[in-house]
Amino acid sequence: MDRTDPTVLDELERRRRGTGLPRLLGVVSLTLGVGGLLAPRTVARLTGVDDSPHAAGVIPAVAARELGQAAGLLAGRRPAGWTWTRVAGDAVDLTLLGRALADRRGERRRRVAVTTAVTAGIAAVDLLAALRAGRARRARERLILMEVGVTVNRPASEAYRFWRDLENLPRFMAHLESVRAEDLRNSHWTARGPAGRHISWDAEIVEDRPNELISWRSLPGARVPNAGRVRFVPAPGDRGTEVRVELGYAPPAGRLGRAVAKLFGEEPEQQVRDDLRRFKQVLETGEVVRSDASPEGVSLHQQLRQRPAQPLPAGLRG
Amino acid sequence: MKATAWMGRDSVKVVDVPDPRIMNARDAVVKISSTAICGSDLHLYHGYIPALRKGDILGHEFMGEVVEVGPEVDNLAVGDRVVVPFPIACGNCASCQQGRYSVCENSNPNAGVAEKIMGHSPAGIFGYSHLLGGYAGGQAEYARVPFADVGPIKVPDEVPDDQALMLADVLPTGYMGAEMCDIKPGDVIAVWGAGPVGLLAAASARLLGAERVIVIDRYPYRLRLAAEQVGAETINYEQVGAETINYEQLDVLDELNQLTAGRGPDACIDAVGLEGHHGNAAMYAYDRVKQAGRLETERPFALRQAIMACRSGGVVSVIGAYGGFVDKFPMGAFMNRSLIMRTGQCHVQRYTRPLLEHIVRGDIDPSFVISHRMPLKDAAKGYRIFQKKQDDCTKVVLKV
Repeated sequence: MDRTDPTVLDELERRRRGTGLPRLLGVVSLTLGVGGLLAPRTVARLTGVDDSPHAAGVIPAVAARELGQAAGLLAGRRPAGWTWTRVAGDAVDLTLLGRALADRRGERRRRVAVTTAVTAGIAAVDLLAALRAGRARRARERLILMEVGVTVNRPASEAYRFWRDLENLPRFMAHLESVRAEDLRNSHWTARGPAGRHISWDAEIVEDRPNELISWRSLPGARVPNAGRVRFVPAPGDRGTEVRVELGYAPPAGRLGRAVAKLFGEEPEQQVRDDLRRFKQVLETGEVVRSDASPEGVSLHQQLRQRPAQPLPAGLRG
Repeated sequence: MKATAWMGRDSVKVVDVPDPRIMNARDAVVKISSTAICGSDLHLYHGYIPALRKGDILGHEFMGEVVEVGPEVDNLAVGDRVVVPFPIACGNCASCQQGRYSVCENSNPNAGVAEKIMGHSPAGIFGYSHLLGGYAGGQAEYARVPFADVGPIKVPDEVPDDQALMLADVLPTGYMGAEMCDIKPGDVIAVWGAGPVGLLAAASARLLGAERVIVIDRYPYRLRLAAEQVGAETINYEQVGAETINYEQLDVLDELNQLTAGRGPDACIDAVGLEGHHGNAAMYAYDRVKQAGRLETERPFALRQAIMACRSGGVVSVIGAYGGFVDKFPMGAFMNRSLIMRTGQCHVQRYTRPLLEHIVRGDIDPSFVISHRMPLKDAAKGYRIFQKKQDDCTKVVLKV
């Protein structure tokens, strides 16, 4: 199946891609680089340093640097790193311009001053872009995307109907406390957060194709933006229904993000796999299957610290 | 209630635990009248099945009276006398609907761990480690039975506990072992292991029309049972080893070739599993040491021998319990000689009704495998004498 569809998880995708600013700066670098190499004298005159004996050497060198940065930025890999090289280049340029400004008078001084001001402006944009690209990279690293499937021995229509009633989701999604459907499109979700706290958000159904597909996403304002899609595909040869789920979470920076990451652990797909196993149990057998050692039902997390296989003490509810 | 809990390697104890309750709507609670110690309980007892914890209640062969039913159980009523199959099966998943109950897709809440070890998870089993569900077992006064609308069957009053209890595991397991051999007229079936499952596999092979049945073990009293109760020919591999001095590891094969004029048995049943013994001390030591060091988890002598012995194109039927990995698997013999292997924990639910009919009709009386009956409180003693094969022990039934 195709990977997570950007139109479904578009908010997450935007975080993943970051903005187009580093690419735009790549174009700036390319222009400056080409100009500096092809017409160093013109550049020297325009910037007011055509009287310097060093200009003939420095300008092509700066231009070559710009071309290198342009290549890096336009290639689109590691935009944060390449943007920071621009910031460093700006610092060098401003230093050179500062010295040029000190021993010039008249028209040349004016031109150097204008060049300095323009360079300072570009430096500010570079700095902003570098910071934003870094943030985007860290957000991308926090992004949790999962894709898991299970085969359920029931018709697609039944699996779809059960899932479409979003209020059923907490019956098999362990981290959910409740989902309240406001209307056919909108719903309010509450999840068990870290340290017994709750996280609530509103979500909307983005696409709904009966017996085939449901996709949803959190509305702006969710503390942990998330989106998901489930597809119901009849399995070949009367083998029931292949239920394929894609889920994405974009945890914020800081404590909440760290807590969410910890909640999902090193193998986030395992939790979804557990959820889907419970979904299968509920659909096929009517409820989540419990044992004395796993009274809550399927949970890999719980399996690692089991109670003994003995009946639960009275009063303790499975 | 009182229950038999695993306390550590080679140690069980009857302890006080809370009474079981209904946890799922399709549960029943059974007041146990008889419960048996299975050969595979010894694997647990010895600590060879992973993921057993101190305090786990053992036992997967039990029967008794229904004392409570969940709201979704429509086929049983309080007061019914039932025997409970050892695999827990939902009856709804694709595997159950195809009769493969012991690989039920829903009954193991700890499937995630089992998947890591076995690729996919088998069914949950009563009292059989956390890997297979973490269900409390039935060597106790009461047991909670999940999917009670699928597993347990009612037992007529005229069938005594000693016969009916064998339907929980050993008779269906032995029967499935024989059935997997696809027995045709004239077939010779060899069975490794003369424990209750091996003996009942031999008896089932007879029931299914085998011409001859040959049983291999090292305990004379068990081989006597095979000869007297099943009419099997027997091979004691320790005695054979003593008679022919140099080729000990080939002796069983030689003997089987002798008995079949060189053909080899048409099908071979491994009713031994992961803790086999071998007549040759060096061969035994090789696997025993590796198993102790956990370099392999099994001692698969019987399986290796069964493969080597089987006639080309024949069936190797594996009903002995294995838990992990084997070394020196004779894949060359297996592949080049077109052998077929069939195996599985028994799909007990498939066999309980027809086998109960066989018992009622008198075609088979599986209770001949029981050697000891004692109260539940003596469970520790039962494990000990069964483990050490003391007092000609073949099977211990605990009475509650």
